[in-house]
Amino acid sequence: MSQLSTLSDAELVQRCREGNTDAWNELVERFSRYVYAVCTRGYRLSEEDADDVFQEVFTRVFTHLDTLRNDAALRPWIAQLTRRLCLDSITKRGREQATEEPMAEELAADLAEIDEAFTVREALATLSDTCQEMLDRFFARDQSYRTISDELDLPSGTVASRIARCLSKLRTELEGRNEGPRGSRG
Amino acid sequence: MTTYDDERIGELLRVLPPAPEGWVRAAQELPAARRSLDEIVARAEADLAFRQALVADLESALQLEGYEPDRRVVDELKRRFSES
Repeated sequence: MSQLSTLSDAELVQRCREGNTDAWNELVERFSRYVYAVCTRGYRLSEEDADDVFQEVFTRVFTHLDTLRNDAALRPWIAQLTRRLCLDSITKRGREQATEEPMAEELAADLAEIDEAFTVREALATLSDTCQEMLDRFFARDQSYRTISDELDLPSGTVASRIARCLSKLRTELEGRNEGPRGSRG
Repeated sequence: MTTYDDERIGELLRVLPPAPEGWVRAAQELPAARRSLDEIVARAEADLAFRQALVADLESALQLEGYEPDRRVVDELKRRFSES
């Protein structure tokens, strides 16, 4: 786990403002999945349009970071920016060319799930590197036990038991967050 | 209060697959692209011949001077030159 990955959003923004390139890399890494999911899973943009929106979101974040009044509000700012740019993209393309423009209710449900998923990933980021890698490979990257076993040179049984153990740790972390406010990255 | 079981956690982890590596890399290279852009603009303002070459054929002029013609830099330069 890199030192930067443990910084809060506000601390990360501060470092980015100071011109710290590693902090910028971490900011992009932290929000890239979220922006990607909103574009493709939420608004169902084509890969080409999603790529354009993705780059535009981070360009605007980079350019306007100084105007962010509350550094801790980075996530809602990026969320709002991404949604607005997705809508602009759909409008620009024209209704007939938009790829299955989602219905409002369906869109709201998808965006809510993406937000919830981001919270789970924030909790995941507090676990060990091993747990992060195991759960990310198995769930987010959809790798099989066999692939993980081959790539990490571990017996399949070890992979399975580590995934189970890490899931349990993640559940505990999430339940802890539910019980009350505590220091998190956000 | 939200409760999570392993199945739900797994579902939510699947909601956020990694973005394509090339997209992430391009976004991470923004500060360098921005520095490159500022450098080109400053040079164009100070060097009339370079500016004329850029206006005539942007991509070729950039390549000739050893700049990597990044799409975003090129687009931004086109925008700036069309405004000036």
